[in-house]
Amino acid sequence: MGKPSDLLQGTLDLLILKTISLEPMHGWAIAKRIQQVSREVLQVQQGSLYPALHRLEQQGWIKARWAESETGRQARFYSLTAAGRKQLEAEAANWTRLSAAINLVVSEA
Amino acid sequence: MRRLHQLGMKLRTLFMRRKAGAQLDAELRFHLDRQIEENRAAGMSADQARYAALRAFGNPALLRDQTRAAWSWNGLESLLRDLRIGMRTLGRAPGFTFIAIGIMALGIGSNVALFTVVRGVLLKPLPFENSDRLLMLYEHSTYSAGGGDFPYNLVAGGVFDAWNKENTTFSSMALVRNDQVDLSASGGQLPETLNSGTVSWNLFPTLGVQPALGRGFAAADDSLTANGTVVLSWNLWKRRFGSDPAILDRIIYLDAKPYTVIGVMPEWFEFPDSTTQLWLPVYHEMPTTIMSHLDFHNFRAVGRLKPRVTAEEATANLSIISRRLHESQLDDPFIAAAANSRPLIEHIVGDVERPLYVMLAATACLLLIACLNVANLLVARAAARRKELAIRTALGGGRLRLLREHLMESFLLSAAGGAAGLALAWEAVHWFVATRRNMARVGSIHLDGVVATFTLGVIVLCALFSGLVSALNADGKRLLASLHESSKSHSAGSARARLRKTLLAAEVGLTVMLLIAAGLLLKSYQRLRDTDIGCTTKNILTLHIDLPGARYKTPGPAPVNFFATLLERVRALPGVEAAGFVTAVPGQGYMGDMGFTIAEHPPLPRGKGTFAINRSADPGYFAAMGIPILRGHTFDDGQTLDRANEAIISESFARKFFPGEDPVGKHLHVMGGKELHLIVGVVGDTRYDLGETPEPTQYYPLYAGDTNNGTLVIRSSHDVEQLALPVQHVIQGMDHDLPVSDVLTMDQLLGKSTLDESFNTTLLTGFAALSLLLAAAGLFGVLSYIAAQRTSEIGIRIALGAQREQVLRLMLADGLRPALIGLALGLAASTVTVRLIHSMLYETQPLDLAVFAAVAATLLLVAALACMAPAWRASRLDPMQALRME
Repeated sequence: MGKPSDLLQGTLDLLILKTISLEPMHGWAIAKRIQQVSREVLQVQQGSLYPALHRLEQQGWIKARWAESETGRQARFYSLTAAGRKQLEAEAANWTRLSAAINLVVSEA
Repeated sequence: MRRLHQLGMKLRTLFMRRKAGAQLDAELRFHLDRQIEENRAAGMSADQARYAALRAFGNPALLRDQTRAAWSWNGLESLLRDLRIGMRTLGRAPGFTFIAIGIMALGIGSNVALFTVVRGVLLKPLPFENSDRLLMLYEHSTYSAGGGDFPYNLVAGGVFDAWNKENTTFSSMALVRNDQVDLSASGGQLPETLNSGTVSWNLFPTLGVQPALGRGFAAADDSLTANGTVVLSWNLWKRRFGSDPAILDRIIYLDAKPYTVIGVMPEWFEFPDSTTQLWLPVYHEMPTTIMSHLDFHNFRAVGRLKPRVTAEEATANLSIISRRLHESQLDDPFIAAAANSRPLIEHIVGDVERPLYVMLAATACLLLIACLNVANLLVARAAARRKELAIRTALGGGRLRLLREHLMESFLLSAAGGAAGLALAWEAVHWFVATRRNMARVGSIHLDGVVATFTLGVIVLCALFSGLVSALNADGKRLLASLHESSKSHSAGSARARLRKTLLAAEVGLTVMLLIAAGLLLKSYQRLRDTDIGCTTKNILTLHIDLPGARYKTPGPAPVNFFATLLERVRALPGVEAAGFVTAVPGQGYMGDMGFTIAEHPPLPRGKGTFAINRSADPGYFAAMGIPILRGHTFDDGQTLDRANEAIISESFARKFFPGEDPVGKHLHVMGGKELHLIVGVVGDTRYDLGETPEPTQYYPLYAGDTNNGTLVIRSSHDVEQLALPVQHVIQGMDHDLPVSDVLTMDQLLGKSTLDESFNTTLLTGFAALSLLLAAAGLFGVLSYIAAQRTSEIGIRIALGAQREQVLRLMLADGLRPALIGLALGLAASTVTVRLIHSMLYETQPLDLAVFAAVAATLLLVAALACMAPAWRASRLDPMQALRME
């Protein structure tokens, strides 16, 4: 396994929105989940994760709430807002379109 | 929905910042702990797990900052931080802070006060409906014989009548005239003389003003046959009638005639000027002869322009009418051939406009000096803190960040200074209004929203100016140099000292300009007060008496008997050396003139006329006033009523109209009069106003009975004021319902007439003195700073054998150089700026050498004194101590 690839600008937002769309999660779990689902390819650094979470929260896509975590400690759980759900759909559609386009170009050769 | 959510988030991050910060820390700690747990689960020891987690996590403080950067209000947060830092730094130097705020307060306060006055008086439109459509109308008279151009002459009743009927350019036109009436004693109150406005019925509608109570005049009120009606000012209604709402339809007695009160004007209404206390209809007050005459220049006229008509078109329209009148009666040379106009506001505030703007300019200079001074202080502080700043820059402090902190400091100073200045301005404006109660539009001076905005603007400008000027030098590029310099062994900061000297030179230059303007006004005022008015001014008492025409009809014997008895009784009072009566004493104003011809001279060409100021005087007037009789004698006894046929002329009258002849024995023929007047004497010249040259004057006998008002003059050998009461008792004894007004000594009367000049001079001198003080303080500060910087250098010099006098001279030269440069600049700039006050000067040239020299000497003296102390201290330095300080 090589060096984890840098995340494309803006895709982190999409990953976070998608990850918490199933259930509310705290930061550590979000990072872990992305890592697992991507089969260790995508490693989210804390230095990117928390600023992104707080930015999304300021923008009103996600909301946060303190709740008991699986270990019994209080943790900050993030979940999608209604606007965030719409944003997720838009960004996902956008991503599909973009990746298909990139595939076309890359497989051309 | 999302917007609402965002707003909620913003408010939460704004108001619960501390809590949010704590939560962020908890969130990050949770993440770290989970990582450690995971590591331990993977089989690491406790320490290993911790270190591995921390390594993966990175710098927690940095992460926290990066995350916080996603929050809103970061700009505000750092601004608040700067604000806190600024306040703390200023708090650490209370002396500096106090002085800087005080200087700013003076500068901003004086500016705001003057701006408030200028805005109220000059900039605010008149409080009348569409006031820019209102014009003041004048006759434009030119008299080729006997000279003179009177572009703003009063309007004759007959001319107004013609204008009013024939013009096509005004929607309405009204007459107005300043008068005085006597209000009779009533309800236990004494009789008093009031300033009145004699106006045509349509004045109020022309201005677009409604009475606050009752009604205005109707056309029917404005005729000789109508019953007397009067409209009161709010002030008179309140003062004299206790704001009694039942005042309407009450009868009051004015000049001993009954008048029905029909209305009260609103409190703010002042017209034709602020002293007017009531209004009377002009066609009811004035005889038909005056109202229809074409050359009795008695009135002012106000016109409201029709829509889409310009002032030029309207004036041209009136001029055509005047020209026709002039040409229809070429025998009368005093019918003007043209009309003139200017905006009403210009008429009202024209006299005060220039002085007020000069004062405003002076306060702007003062503010600039204040800013320069504060900038100077800031530079000194920056110099003292340069090591700190250099270290901060070396540690990565952004230049912009440092600049912002610097500006925040100067902003705090300006804001505090502005707040204090506003309070100062509040006081100053109150004082101004109280002192200048008779100035035009003084009632419309208020501190309001616009003034507040102006204050804010000035604060920001001052902050930017003083902040940026001083920041100019906080140059990050010379970082290394300043770290090097911090070793004390060489003279540090010469560049900073250079900037401070430049600022000082500018300050001194501005001060010189103010000093010269003040010096010129002082000299002019001195000249004005030293002017020989042409009569005795010591121990003379004057009283104004206005006999009501209803009981003292003119022409007729009643006023003659009154004046003769009055003078006889007053002269009999103990302490009275002499007494006399005249229509107006010197210094009381122009009052009136009259056309005449000289019987012995060939007739003047058609359309040409001669005129001179005329006065009625009793035979004892000249002796009482100390006006010398140069030739002939005063009026003979028995010059009464129809037998009055003598005249006396002034010296300049004789010089102008009888060149190379003896006027005594010649005869004057008065325009419109029947009999000839024999000239029996020539008297010395007098001035009708202190600032005016003596005008030709003709005197006629008071006892001819044409006059029922004027001034009683009384001369005593000492303490003439003590005669005021006995004389008023004499008057009361003769007519108990006769008010006396303007009881003034001649000195007081002349002082009153030069009040404006005295006020302007005092104010400007005050500003100049203040700026001199600031400049001196600046010089002192800079030289003290330089001396302190050079302590060790001076110590070495002295140790090596330099004479203390040499050191003194060196330091003095260092301090005086900016003063000299500033002086030169100020003198040069003044040669231009003094032109602005040219029109305010009396018999003083703007480029008065004595004033320039005196200012230069004063400035040099003050500068030398300011520099002396620090230079002296430097020269007394103990070299051992200075060197040990290393």
